[in-house]
Amino acid sequence: MTIQEIQNEIIDEFSMFDDWEERYQYMIDLGKTLPLIDAQYKTEDYIIKGCQSKVWVHADLENDKVVFTADSDAIITKGIIAILIRVFSNQHPKDIIEANTDFIDEIGLKEHLSPTRANGLVSMIKQLKMYAVAYQTQLS
Amino acid sequence: MFDTIKIRKDFPILSREVNGEPLVYLDNAATSQTPRQVIDCIVDYYSNYNANIHRGVHTLSQEATDKYEAARQTIQKHFNAQKAHEIIFTSGTTHGINLVANGFSSLLKKRDEIIVSALEHHSNIVPWQMLCEHTGAVLKVIPMNQDGELVMSEFDKLLSQNTKLVFVNHISNALGTINPIEVIIEKAHQVDAAVLVDGAQACPHIKPDVQALDVDFYVASAHKMCGPTGVGILYGKEKWLNLLPPYQGGGEMIAEVTFEKTTYADLPHKFEAGTPNICGGIAFGAAIDYMNTIGFDAIANYEHELLEYATEKLLAIDGLKIYGTSKHKTSVISFNLEGIHPYDVGTILDKMGIAVRTGHHCAQPIMDYFKIPGTVRASFAFYNTKNEIDKLAEGVKKAKMMLS
Ligand SMILES: Cc1ncc(COP(=O)(O)O)c(C=O)c1O
Repeated sequence: MTIQEIQNEIIDEFSMFDDWEERYQYMIDLGKTLPLIDAQYKTEDYIIKGCQSKVWVHADLENDKVVFTADSDAIITKGIIAILIRVFSNQHPKDIIEANTDFIDEIGLKEHLSPTRANGLVSMIKQLKMYAVAYQTQLS
Repeated sequence: MFDTIKIRKDFPILSREVNGEPLVYLDNAATSQTPRQVIDCIVDYYSNYNANIHRGVHTLSQEATDKYEAARQTIQKHFNAQKAHEIIFTSGTTHGINLVANGFSSLLKKRDEIIVSALEHHSNIVPWQMLCEHTGAVLKVIPMNQDGELVMSEFDKLLSQNTKLVFVNHISNALGTINPIEVIIEKAHQVDAAVLVDGAQACPHIKPDVQALDVDFYVASAHKMCGPTGVGILYGKEKWLNLLPPYQGGGEMIAEVTFEKTTYADLPHKFEAGTPNICGGIAFGAAIDYMNTIGFDAIANYEHELLEYATEKLLAIDGLKIYGTSKHKTSVISFNLEGIHPYDVGTILDKMGIAVRTGHHCAQPIMDYFKIPGTVRASFAFYNTKNEIDKLAEGVKKAKMMLS
């Protein structure tokens, strides 16, 4: 699936929730169930300085596609990371670089991607794109 | 009876909604809300007599100057400073601390010692670290115990003839502990060390008497005591303020300027370079008047009642731990739910319209001590109600249910 298709799918899923509680419960459950990153990458080298919740990101290139893994010590942050990984992982670097994150607004989680929010997610998306840029240069 | 219904009417912001719920504002230790009386004062300033002060001969400038100086006197009276010029307007607590730290750089020499407490706001430790780097002085730290209290026997051991300055907050922002500053000041004076007290968290709750305390320097911010942001005060004993060199150069702080030499202005202008936050200073005076109308004894009693009520309500929640359990504390409760990140709790509470602070509260050393990433901090002001505390407790229970 393309990034856009996955985003549309997520928007569809979220449209079934009636209120914030259902949306958040879904994210919390996502955050709880997913093992996101190999323990060896949960170090200072992979940490994204996000003030309150810690976020770790790691990327590999497999078959010309970037595979992301990530984690956080806060569960809601982790749930959003799970969604971001679903969107961006296993995609070509070029597509990742060009993708936008407007769908976050549409699923009612916009506040988490506000640049002033101290949860590290904005820096995390920047980092995902930086990895994509690095692999793109490697490929071309 | 403390009439919160009437008091709440003074605060326009308290009737707004957040995420579709009535706002429950419990982040007062970060910044307090502003009553109509102070907002009116700000509007009045810009509507009627906005002008630069101490400079013009025209009427507006005179009116602004008079009001600004009257605010200084209000503040002087409030803190019971002996002289109005011992009150220096600053941009806030941080500015006041930096002003003193900078001033001491010319008074300290190698191996002199500065004592700070483990309970400090960490950004306020930085000026002292810089000062030590600059002068070769040594920084010593008074440790704290499990209850979040300073270990005074350790303080006694740190004090010596080398101690030149002691910096301690009156009340800890992260835990709410009221520190025994009377004892600290008295003991520091026995070795002729100066004491700077950070009153940022104390002034919203109590009325410090700088003469009775015999404190050398005391700093505070208006925005934590119903005033506007970006303004605060440094109180300094006249003899100390005369001893310290000016902090910044500029207009207002000079008496005479030639290219060879500048003579500094008298106190307080020596430390007030440039156009100050005129409106802010005047509004700070209005905020102090407002709080005094309510009365600090009444405020302290009521807030204590809120603290006890909230402590009981929150401790009834399984797995909730409170950090900062001193018997001497103000209306601040720092807590965590077992196994749950404070950021998650804060996020769920925000969805319910409840504003709390989460994180390390600029007190990383305290969080390291307890080996936690941070806490959820609910801090109560005199306009909060028991009903709001019930909502907090309900919110925390819901967060616990959703997150565990
Ligand atoms: C104990 C303490 N000191 C200093 C400050 C800093 O105050 P300001 O940001 O107004 O300079 C704060 C505010 O958070 C505080 O709680």
